[in-house]
Formats: sequence, C-alpha cells, structure tokens
Amino acid sequence: MSRIGVAFDQARAEGRAVLVGCMPAGFPTVEGSIAAMTAMVEAGVDVIEVEIPYSDPVMDGPVIQRASDIALAGGVRVADTLRIVDAVAATGAPVVTMTYWNPVEQYGVDAFARDLAAAGGTGLITPDLIPDEAQEWLAASDAYGLDRTFLVSPSSTDARLRMTVEHCRGFVYATAIMGVTGARTQASAAAPVLVSRVRAVTDLPVGVGLGIGTGEQAGTAAGFADGVIVGSALIRCLLDAASLPAGLTALRELSAELAAGVRTPAS
Amino acid sequence: MSVDTPTATGRYPDAAGHFGRFGGRFVPEALVAALDELDSAWRTAMGDESFQTEFAALLRDYAGAPSLLYPAQRLSAKIGAQVLLKREDLNHTGAHKVRNVLGQALLTKRMGKRRVIAETGAGQHGVATATAAALFDLECVVYMGAVDTQRQALNVARMRMLGATVVPVTTGSRTLKDAMNEAMRDWVANVDNTHYLIGTAAGPHPFPALVRDFVRGIGDEARQQCLDLVGALPDAVTACVGGGSNALGVFHAFVDDPSVRLYGFEAGGDGPATGRHAASITGGSSGVLHGTRTYVLQDADGQTVESHSISAGLDYPGVGPEHAWLHDTGRATYRPVTDADAMAAFELLCRTEGIIPAIESSHALAGTVSIAPELAAELGREPVVVVNLSGRGDKDVHTAGEYFGVLDKE
Ligand SMILES: Cc1ncc(COP(=O)(O)O)c(C=O)c1O
Repeated sequence: MSRIGVAFDQARAEGRAVLVGCMPAGFPTVEGSIAAMTAMVEAGVDVIEVEIPYSDPVMDGPVIQRASDIALAGGVRVADTLRIVDAVAATGAPVVTMTYWNPVEQYGVDAFARDLAAAGGTGLITPDLIPDEAQEWLAASDAYGLDRTFLVSPSSTDARLRMTVEHCRGFVYATAIMGVTGARTQASAAAPVLVSRVRAVTDLPVGVGLGIGTGEQAGTAAGFADGVIVGSALIRCLLDAASLPAGLTALRELSAELAAGVRTPAS
Repeated sequence: MSVDTPTATGRYPDAAGHFGRFGGRFVPEALVAALDELDSAWRTAMGDESFQTEFAALLRDYAGAPSLLYPAQRLSAKIGAQVLLKREDLNHTGAHKVRNVLGQALLTKRMGKRRVIAETGAGQHGVATATAAALFDLECVVYMGAVDTQRQALNVARMRMLGATVVPVTTGSRTLKDAMNEAMRDWVANVDNTHYLIGTAAGPHPFPALVRDFVRGIGDEARQQCLDLVGALPDAVTACVGGGSNALGVFHAFVDDPSVRLYGFEAGGDGPATGRHAASITGGSSGVLHGTRTYVLQDADGQTVESHSISAGLDYPGVGPEHAWLHDTGRATYRPVTDADAMAAFELLCRTEGIIPAIESSHALAGTVSIAPELAAELGREPVVVVNLSGRGDKDVHTAGEYFGVLDKE
C-alpha cells in the first residue's frame, strides 16, 4: 500500500478525515515554498500536494493563478519541483504532486515518474489528463510504483466515473463543484452525492476539493469524505501577508484550524 | 504513431479525435460530458438533412456564400502565377469565421443551450460570435486579453453594439491564449447552459473536426469554381495558419487530389530565428495546449512561450492538431512568413487589385509570392494557385497605417 493509503487508514482509525494542503512549488520562492509546506505539516496538515506551476492552468482560479505566476516569474523549473518534493517528503508527510500534463510530457513521462519516485513523491494528481489519454502514464506509474489520482466530477456519467476510478490508485479526487479552484462561502450540495457515487464503485479513499477554506467547511466535508483538500485559502495566507514570516504565521493558524475541522466531522 | 495518409473522406480523426499522434482530449473531467454531448450533436447534425439545409440557407442568405473565386490578373502578372483569390473577405462580418460561428450557433440551438462564450484575439471571432448570438438570440460573453481590448477598441465597441458582454482578461500574458484559458474556466463552471464557441480548428475533440466541417465549404466551393474557371484543378492551394480554420477549410476538399499542393503559411513575426514569432509548426515542438496535442511554442519545461506577430489573428502559440498531422505526413507544407513580407504583400494587393486584405490573409499572399517561382520551375509553366483570402483589412487599417506611415500626425 502507498504511503497515502497508510495516512488514510490511520485517519479512518481515528474517526477523522485526512487533511491535504496544496501549495505551488516555488511560491513565493523555492526555499519559501519548502518553509511553507513544512509549516503546514507542523501545524497538522497530513498530506502535502505540491502543484507544479504552469503557464496555462485552466482548472485554477485567480489565487492559484497568481501564485503560479509568481513562482514562474521567479524562475522555478520542473527540476526544482522535484527538489521540493524531496525536501518536504523528509518531514515524513506523504507528498503528492499535482500537475497539468504538458510539463510531464516535455520532461518525459517515464523519466518524470522515475525522478518523482526517487524524490520520495507518492504519485500524481492530473487535472487535465483523463484515463482515456493516459496510456504512457499508466505504464510509467506502474513501473515506478506511483499512485494515480484522476478527477471525477458531478457531471461524470456513471460509466465514466467507474472507468476513471478503476484507473486510480492511492485515492480518488472528487471535485465538489462545477468550477475552478478557489475558496467559496457556500457549501456544495453536489459533493456528498458525488462521494457516495464513488464509494458505490470502489474501496479507495475519496478526497474532496474545490472551494473549501475554513475549519467549519473542512468539518462538513470530513462528514462525508475521507480526505479534505484545501488550496487557495492556504495560498492566500502567503499572498495577503506583508512578509514571508507573517504569511507563515497565518498559514500555521489556518492549517491548525483546518486540522481541527477534519477532526470534528459533521454528521 | 499513425503512418496512414490523410484523406478527405471523413475517416479522420478517429472516434476519440486523434489525427495520428495529435489531437485527443486533455481536459478536466468536468468537461467530458459536455464534449461528448457536443460530439453527438455534431455527428447527428452532419448526417441530418434538415440541419444541412438550414446551414446552407444561412450561409447563402446571411453570410453571402458561395464567396467569389476571383482571377486576380494584375497580381498574377506581377508574381508569375495565375492567382485565384477565394474571396472570404466578402462574407458578412468580413472573414471566413462567420461560417464556423453560424454552424456552431445552430448546434447550440439544437443542444438547447442559451448562452455562448468565446475567446478572441483581434476581436474578429468575438464579433462573429456576437453577430451569430444576436441572430439566434443567445446570451454572449466574449473573453479578450486586456492588452487586446486596448489595441482593438473598435472591435470591442462592435461586440457591445451587437449585445455581447466583453470581459477583459488580466491574467498571464493578457492576450489570446489567456482569453482561451478564461473561456475554459467559464465553461467548466457553466457547462450546463453554455456552449463554448471556439474560434478555430483547435482545442479538445470534437472542436478541431467540427470546426473543419463548418468551414470546409470554402474548399468545396473553390474546387468547383476552379474547375469551372480554368477547367482543371489548381496546382496549389495556399492559406495563412493561425489556429488553422481557414486553411483547413480551403484544404479539405483537395486532400484527396494528389496533384494539388497544399501550403500553410505561419506567422514568422520578426523571423523564426529571433524567437519572436507565432510559427508553431516551423518553430515549435509537440506538446499539449488547450486540450489537444499539437505543435506548441514552449520552453524545455513545457511552459507556453508567448507568440509574436503583427497579425493579431495569427498570434497564437499553438495550431490545430490536424495541421500538425498534415505536416507530419507531408501532405501539406508549412512555412513561416515574416511581418515584413506579409506587409509587402498587403501593399501589393492593395495596389494591384484594389483589395485591402486582412494582415492574416496577407501572409498567404506573401507565401504565394515566394513559392510561385519554385512551382513554375517544377511544372515548366505558370502555376495555378488558389489563395484563401480569409478576410478583409478594414480592421487592420490602423496597424497598416502606422506601419506604412500614412496616418496624418495630430
Ligand atoms: C481574416 C482572418 N484570417 C485568418 C485568421 C486566423 O485564424 P485561422 O488560422 O483559424 O483561420 C483570423 C483570425 O482572427 C482572421 O481574422
């Protein structure tokens, strides 16, 4: 079983959900992003999702776009991302990588899988790669023992949902809303329905993301999902802060709030 | 990788939208259901006589099709080729693009959707979409890079007069590719009631094939008109290539005619060697952008590189996947044309024929000028060349006026 699977099992035994926190690699700098991800782990985030910054992130809202732009303007490379994965994996927390497909394709799918595994990464979340186009990634992830997280959506048909879940390993990513990343004030009614549809076809853990930003929302999601995925709200702690230390303080506070949230699942 | 030869008989792309190793779907799962719905609506429409009749009537009565095939004799004499201009510039809204938007607007209606969104660079596709939306009584939102809304204020006003909402996009490089990103984001959130009316033969399946089907009338008409006019097929067909719709539109009818050479002219900007260009096939490499695998201008990490061209309509760092495939199979030839050569051809057509072409189309003219001697040498006679004059230059008068220094100083 992958290290992510272990984290989900542990959380399940504790009667809570896993908290997944997302940060773009190299935001605000390579060292700053390592400090941010380490702070998140120390404050109670269970799994770190390292997003590879990409020039055309069509699944991301304004917050992640801005953070990615800052990282790219700072000159972060895909190779730096692997170094970041390595550094954060050293904290002991499982590190999953989220990436649009083109950076992997240009690195070389097999080479990327090899180097990601060597860096201690657990696998990939692929927002614009559907299993239909994933032959190379299926082979490479098998070869290097990496997890594959494809996304399912409220608009997925039953047949597609089953097919997609069959190609997943580690956990399944349920996108709670029809839309892009970014914290929302309104809870999603579609999310619990989607999670139960996934549960009907698999024993894999299900993470819910898109729109979650507060401890209360995390608690609500923890009431029906195995994992709660938070990105934009955490990133905003750094974007809005006057300095990196101030940002890290805010990041720790929100991480702790979210960690408390996933420990008090709404029923 | 497919080594099959391209054919116009409708066997390509495959069911999943692949043209050899290109095309396909690289999209968020949230969009797959809508793409499947579109795929099925398109296939049904293609086989449905009532759709075809309605589309043909719109093209004829509203857009002005068939467009003329005009023997440009003074130009021909200057360049040593018998040039037949496919006058898409005479269509309503001034370009080939009206064919695509009318087809997609009809499909939108058939799918029961009430809202269309579009991306636009110079504003040509935005204006065409706003036009069709007005005609079909659809809500219309057009995404346009903030750099472009400033450069093309007149087209912004045209879209607004037609009832569309224009949203300036302030992310990334603030140009066409970012407008396309923003349209995709809108679509993910509103896919239930919204059709994304893509402006060129790019994007995820079924767009490349669907757009080709709606613009292929250009080539179907030109082929027959050429046979009527000169009693033979042309030796070559030429077009400019941005995303690739006007080029595919004119190429498609000739793909199965081995004697007809197909030339696509990309925007070479300052010259491919300078790095400041938009020639994705000549100067790019295989990658994934905006939902499809194709040739892309990118760095070693797969980050999209900004394109440069004097022509806003060609200023895009990707190209439709069918062109990538026509290039790989050798069925079509792609060459870059610099800004300077395009502007020289712009002036040439103005002065020889009294036709002000779009700067996009001027790339096709310049390319034709450059291949005429090669073709003549190869054939041992003057070649017959169909040039797709994809649009008129009214929108470019300001750019051209500055370029040639013919604007009065205030
Ligand atoms: C007149 C004209 N020609 C050509 C193009 C390029 O598009 P495509 O390559 O899809 O034909 C444009 C785009 O705006 C245009 O306005």
